[in-house]
Amino acid sequence: MTTLKPSSTDVASTATDHAHQDHRMFGVATFLVADAMTFAGFFAAYLTFHAVNPLQPDAIYELELPLPILNTVLLLVSSATFHKAGQNLRKGANQVCRQWLMLTAVLGLAFLVSQMVEYFTLPFGLTDNLFASTFYALTGFHGLHVTLGALMILIVWWQCRTPAGRVTSENQFPLEAVELYWHFVDGIWVVLFLILYLI
Amino acid sequence: MTVSLTPEGEQHRPSLQPTGWLRYFSFSVDHKVIGLQYLVCGFLFYLIGGALAGAIRTELVSPMSDFMPRDVYNQVLTLHGTVMIFLWIVPVVNGAFGNYLIPFYVGARDMAFPRLNAVAFWLIPPAGLLLISSYFITGAAQSGWTAYPPLSTTTAASGQVIWILSVLLLGGSSIFGGINFIATVLKLRRPGLKLMQLPMYCWAMLGTSILVVLSTPVLAGTLILLSFDIVAHTGFFNPGLGGNVVVYQHLFWFYSHPAVYIMVLPAFGLVSEILPVHCRKPLFGYATMVYSIMAIVVLGLVVWAHHMFTSGTPPWMRLFFTIATAFIAVPTGIKFFNWLATLWGGRIALNSAVLFSCGFIINFVLGGITGVALAQVPFDVHVHDTYFVVAHFHYIVYGGTVFVIFASIYHWYPKVTGRMLNETLGRLHFLLTFIGFNLCFAPQHWLGLNGMPRRVAEYDPQFAFINQLSSAGALLMAISTLPFLWNVVASAFRGEIAGDNPWNALTPEWLTSSPPPVENWEGEAPLVHEPYGYGVPIDQIDLAAASGSDLWSSGK
Repeated sequence: MTTLKPSSTDVASTATDHAHQDHRMFGVATFLVADAMTFAGFFAAYLTFHAVNPLQPDAIYELELPLPILNTVLLLVSSATFHKAGQNLRKGANQVCRQWLMLTAVLGLAFLVSQMVEYFTLPFGLTDNLFASTFYALTGFHGLHVTLGALMILIVWWQCRTPAGRVTSENQFPLEAVELYWHFVDGIWVVLFLILYLI
Repeated sequence: MTVSLTPEGEQHRPSLQPTGWLRYFSFSVDHKVIGLQYLVCGFLFYLIGGALAGAIRTELVSPMSDFMPRDVYNQVLTLHGTVMIFLWIVPVVNGAFGNYLIPFYVGARDMAFPRLNAVAFWLIPPAGLLLISSYFITGAAQSGWTAYPPLSTTTAASGQVIWILSVLLLGGSSIFGGINFIATVLKLRRPGLKLMQLPMYCWAMLGTSILVVLSTPVLAGTLILLSFDIVAHTGFFNPGLGGNVVVYQHLFWFYSHPAVYIMVLPAFGLVSEILPVHCRKPLFGYATMVYSIMAIVVLGLVVWAHHMFTSGTPPWMRLFFTIATAFIAVPTGIKFFNWLATLWGGRIALNSAVLFSCGFIINFVLGGITGVALAQVPFDVHVHDTYFVVAHFHYIVYGGTVFVIFASIYHWYPKVTGRMLNETLGRLHFLLTFIGFNLCFAPQHWLGLNGMPRRVAEYDPQFAFINQLSSAGALLMAISTLPFLWNVVASAFRGEIAGDNPWNALTPEWLTSSPPPVENWEGEAPLVHEPYGYGVPIDQIDLAAASGSDLWSSGK
């Protein structure tokens, strides 16, 4: 049997070439299922606390709505801008793709700034009471995801700076993986917003 | 990237990958190397966990706490449980055999994500060393492998935090492995190989990996919250600060009940590979085996609260979880009878692999029966947190899974090394293990029924004799390791040459050289439609002729 084998010497390329097809997006999706289960655990804990553990009489736990609504809009718009970036990469328009990516990253960072503003204006701290702790744990864990996502967007932005770069219309995997992740993080925020702020 | 033809005759190997013995200490991406790394690493931790068990049984020889201080006893039993579960059984029965066998079974040259695979393995040694070293640095965690608050939040914090860190790393490793197995079984199958033609171990690993991906992240999240309680003094699980202890138990058991299936489903799969080969019969009831595995996966996710019948669980919850748990006996029973039917009328070669497999069937059915008993609330309330639970659990994970691990080593050693293991030593190993195991754990049922609590270093003197009996069994188990160790080491150098297929097996890993070459086959991977087509002379089987399910459903 004659097989085509890569002649390049780096381990990275030979390692992935064992596979006949590219299954990396499947792997990313499976990982996100696992990640979703972490959030599901947190949500289940919060809802159980909500149902069976009443707020202690002297505890302060009040949330304002304007900032979180702004945050929701920021993230939803950023999902759309990321989608535009992906469309442009597939068309081979790297520079337009980069502009949309940068806009997405800026929206993500704006979300984080707005989240920090909310943290510093809230009348309770991490250890004040059970619901304060749960609030910071849930939004903090989500904020960590947004931070990582924004960093990855900037990396992809850097990688597709030239048409011959690592991320191109031929190799879209990094962009697609981050895009799926970013939509996932947005979806989690919508659930979190419903559970934490509206219920 | 440039692509070119490899020059004729030149063996292509990934560069920067050592090829000699050094590769077992390297970041190798070869699934067979990673499988063996898991196996040997896991076995070293098994020896450590065994030594810890020996310390526990030595302490329990006398009713007084005289062998070690009480807090050291707590540390030892916590380490024993954590090491055995997270560093021996889960990595070996999933990672070791899964990595070695699954690519063969799906007709692939490696796992779907080889580098992720290497990352998953290399998380384990540091996590294990971290856990063990906590004993010497600050004192290990003392709250058992369940780390229930308030035990875990009131004992020494440093050991508990290191324990959480270590378990998080191991959980990450487990999730990466699970993602890899799901992708390999579902996406990397050789063209023409249908799902219902896969060897049973693929199904077992698919089911296990689904459980890993769905439940392990919940444990990770829970432990992060627990670490907040310990480090930042939040009150998630502290009623004094308005929190709720029972929520921890729910979240913990949402992982840790499926964890039992993560430990035992792969063993089901391995036994289903071993028995047909040595009985020269097709695996009985292939389709029912597949559906049973999937039923166990689904039911396994909705039975967790049967561990919490004494935690103030409301009556409706008790009823639901009792019934759901009882239902699991149905698919498990189907598998049990299928193995018996596979043995029935077969030309059984009673070698070490089969002896250990039969030992598994006997022990597992005993553990299963006590499991159904424990699912019944009135009984469970009586024996909760007693040695009855300890006995039940060890009948499942030792009598079940560890027996299968040994059976698998006897079965696949010729493939891995190219040499046979010594049969006499193997049978001696089986005899010592089987007698030692039952002597150690069968009396613990009686201890539990009579009210001896688990996890306590001191006990009522009336239990002394039975405890000494149990400790004698543990000593026998320790001794049983010696012929095994001698066997695997000596046979690697002086064992009889095995040849490619000493058992005349039909599954794809035997249709290559022993040990297999890098990338598994010289030339194209074989397409095996009938992994269990035994009963006719091997040269008369047309591997491509009939679909496997014809054979399985006709019960030939």
